[in-house]
Amino acid sequence: MPEDVPAIELDGVVKEYLAHGETVQAVKGVSLTIGEGEFFSLLGPSGCGKTTTMRMIAGFEEPTKGLVKLLGQDVTNVPPNKRDINMVFQSYALFPHMNVWENVAFGLRRKKVAEAEIKQRVGDILEIVDLTGREKRRPREMSGGQQQRVALARALVNRPRALLLDEPLGALDLKLRQQMQTELKRIQREVGITFVYVTHDQSEALTMSDRIAVMNDGLVEQLADPREIYERPASKFVAGFIGTSNLLSGTVDAVDGDLLVVRLGEHDRILVPGQAAAGDTVDLTVRPEKITISTERPEAGLSMVQGTVGELTYLGTYNSYAVALADGTEITVFQQNAIDSSTTAERGDTVWLSWRPQHSYTLS
Amino acid sequence: MRRWTPYWLALPAWLWLAIFLVVPIAAMASVSLTTGNLIDGFTQTFSVSNYSDAIAKYSTQLVRSLVYGGVATVIMLVLGYPVAYWIAFKAGHRKSMFLFLLLLPFFVSFVLRTISWGFLLADDGILLGTLKGWGVLPQDFHVLATTVAVIGGLVYNFLPFMILPIYVALERVDPRVIEASYDLYASRLSTFRRVVLPLSLPGVFAGVLMTFVPATADPINAQVLGGTSNTMIGNIVQTEYLVNNDYPTASAISFTLMAVLLIGIFIYARALGTENVLEAAAR
Ligand SMILES: Nc1ncnc2c1ncn2[C@@H]1O[C@H](COP(=O)(O)OP(=O)(O)O)[C@@H](O)[C@H]1O
Ligand SMILES: [Mg+2]
Repeated sequence: MPEDVPAIELDGVVKEYLAHGETVQAVKGVSLTIGEGEFFSLLGPSGCGKTTTMRMIAGFEEPTKGLVKLLGQDVTNVPPNKRDINMVFQSYALFPHMNVWENVAFGLRRKKVAEAEIKQRVGDILEIVDLTGREKRRPREMSGGQQQRVALARALVNRPRALLLDEPLGALDLKLRQQMQTELKRIQREVGITFVYVTHDQSEALTMSDRIAVMNDGLVEQLADPREIYERPASKFVAGFIGTSNLLSGTVDAVDGDLLVVRLGEHDRILVPGQAAAGDTVDLTVRPEKITISTERPEAGLSMVQGTVGELTYLGTYNSYAVALADGTEITVFQQNAIDSSTTAERGDTVWLSWRPQHSYTLS
Repeated sequence: MRRWTPYWLALPAWLWLAIFLVVPIAAMASVSLTTGNLIDGFTQTFSVSNYSDAIAKYSTQLVRSLVYGGVATVIMLVLGYPVAYWIAFKAGHRKSMFLFLLLLPFFVSFVLRTISWGFLLADDGILLGTLKGWGVLPQDFHVLATTVAVIGGLVYNFLPFMILPIYVALERVDPRVIEASYDLYASRLSTFRRVVLPLSLPGVFAGVLMTFVPATADPINAQVLGGTSNTMIGNIVQTEYLVNNDYPTASAISFTLMAVLLIGIFIYARALGTENVLEAAAR
């Protein structure tokens, strides 16, 4: 198989539902390409169409428009039991009347794999997910984390071309979730299968994925690797959804080479890379940890704004300042907790905020 | 003191059971071991021969009842399962309407319903008369007073008791589990066989119990729809009690029927209630 055939392709996929006599567009036109062996995430708020997109890849829903391709083959109308991909359901959906072994062996038995090979493969996969010795347990006799691993094993044992996971860690508590994130990543490296991972948890997507498609309201807003999504959000929505970010709005004062000079208040001067003409209004964003807070005027060549410290929150490894600008805009600044754990400013102080031009971006 | 509250609340129900179930059963048990007649009175003789005599005399009707009840139950299962399945998975938002339709016949009395079935099946009634008029059926064709009519009546009267528990069991099956089966390469048939059917077995179990027991003991259908050769054990009990006033025999028959049904249920529960069936499905 040639290298460049993608594992999964969606081409202009639209999904409409009829609900109470009205047509609802759950997915409004999604095109994306997922490479073999990639850890790909669909990230977005609840109701943005992630599950629907995934169910079309799995074959549980037929797209109203568009094509679904697996390894270059059009499978748009192929039922799920004929697709060489498997799904891990949000609620696990284990067979309650079967024990762990039977659950995991289910797919292989339906594919009429020889009993000796089934034994071998089920044994191997249970070892990978660390469930050896629990073969005879029923799902209801297991903890959430264990059920989760059974669901994973039940899908992986079939060696599918791709594995679809719909918020697989959503039901677990924080500690277990973080543990399972690492675990999933390890398993994915070990088996080398394409993972399509649905989540509404941005930190989960950022830590695990090779690439992320950020979805909003049935559309992909940005498709890039985690660093780019975080550092260079392509839209207001992405900037707001991923991490904490500051959104600023101002008028272009001048254009200085490839930098725009944007003015907010009297002493403020923001330099930001971008395309616009003098007099245009632009939106821009800068991450809280890129901002330096000081009581003295920063050096020229940096973006700088002046404001008053409102809330000051101690968050362990860092301090968070809420700084109000003259026009009322509130800016969040993270400051690493210094060795003597002192703070630069207190509530009510007037401060300067500054950052490098390349750490801010204009938004569409 | 608080932990006694549930017991106090349950007390009326226990009293009810004690007074209206245990006491009559004990009384009947005692009557079944007496001898005598209505005019001379009954004396407690502990004569077990009441039982052996009754069984010898009415074994035909007893066996017939079990066969009719069994056949009717199998037919109800075959007819009822698809209906329950359809309501649970395909009826969509009209589910509650279909459930209501299913219960609608219960607003008419049991006896009346059976009698109206009699009208429907009468030799020259709406159904057969019309078909005979068209020449579809021969003139001497009849349904009333046959085995078919009695079993048909039993099926008609008890079918909802088969459908409802199966529906409840199917309704509880997580649709994601069914999707998981498709996702794991199972066809529709094998998804039904390996996942849906095993998960609905508790409902089938309850449905069979709720239909087989009353159908076997039922006197009305045989009385209204059957002929002299379709007498069931329920009719015998009725006749012995109300016509012949032979209370010991009637009681002995009742207890024999109860024992047979309990043993049957026990064997059935052992066969279906255990893990055997589920284990077979998992393979
Ligand atoms: N079967 C359905 N019928 C009608 N509307 C649906 C159906 N499934 C999903 N939707 C709607 O489509 C939108 C996207 O849903 P979904 O894909 O589940 O979002 P997500 O997984 O991102 O939370 C939601 O507004 C939801 O209400
Ligand atoms: Mg979802």
